[in-house]
Amino acid sequence: MWTWFYRLASPPYVFGVTRALYPWLLAAAALLIGYGLIAGLGFAPPDYQQGDAFRIIYVHAPSAWLSLFGYTLMAVAGAIALVWRIKMGHAVAAAAAPIGASFTVVALLTGSLWGRPMWGTYWAWDPRLTSELILLFLYFGVMSLRPAFEDPARGDRAAALLALVGVVNVPIIHFSVEWWNSLHQGATVTKFAKPSMPPSMLLPLLSMFFGFMFFYAAVLCKRLRGEVLNRERLATWVKEAIDTHDA
Amino acid sequence: MTHDFWAMGGYAAYVWPCIGFALATLAWNIWSANRHYTAALQRARRALAMAASEAA
Repeated sequence: MWTWFYRLASPPYVFGVTRALYPWLLAAAALLIGYGLIAGLGFAPPDYQQGDAFRIIYVHAPSAWLSLFGYTLMAVAGAIALVWRIKMGHAVAAAAAPIGASFTVVALLTGSLWGRPMWGTYWAWDPRLTSELILLFLYFGVMSLRPAFEDPARGDRAAALLALVGVVNVPIIHFSVEWWNSLHQGATVTKFAKPSMPPSMLLPLLSMFFGFMFFYAAVLCKRLRGEVLNRERLATWVKEAIDTHDA
Repeated sequence: MTHDFWAMGGYAAYVWPCIGFALATLAWNIWSANRHYTAALQRARRALAMAASEAA
């Protein structure tokens, strides 16, 4: 177990593994998202209260989940880099930030478009919506803090610290619908013991969740390869890797 | 049937922009990651070439 963990700290190992994983992850994502969209938009029955507007859930919920997952991954990678001084942690955090930010924008925009017919407004200063907007600002903060320092190592440390401080917002977003009065509905998918959806609606949603996860992993692999190259460009192994794989 | 599908029970103006925006974001992520990687690869090639010319 620890041997595998230590291998992940090795830039050449990560560079090679991510190269091999990328096409498979992308293919799995395409299949799952394709099935999820066709089944969710074309075959799932309309919701008895929301009608066909509920179908927005097939892109909104996976995006919102990825926005939280992406931030948590960024904070964990930053913590690993700070505590064990593993430079790959900073590379993972830097690669994860723009992907997570993009899915936070999708979650906010699709939520806003869903809110108009259901709540009568595109935006309300509701605990769930406001905390998700703060998450987007935290992503922007982490992304802009890293290049703000002349010394890249200091920029990495500052960004990791901000990611760690901001991770407190993740449980706030998740539990906001339970802790405060909220327009936003409660959990739909996490209640596996008694899900709020019939299988004809749930299966496409689960397919979209896993599809978005695979997609996130694929894009993370590609961005991580770029980050590794940026940080290790003068290393001997980079020359060998470029000559053998990417020439 | 086809008309009903595109009409989305009267919510087409909300459902289709959401799907379109999500798919556009997926496409942007792939394009952006490829661009990021290609730029890093070019920088690495330039740095290695400069290091080799300095050594020579």
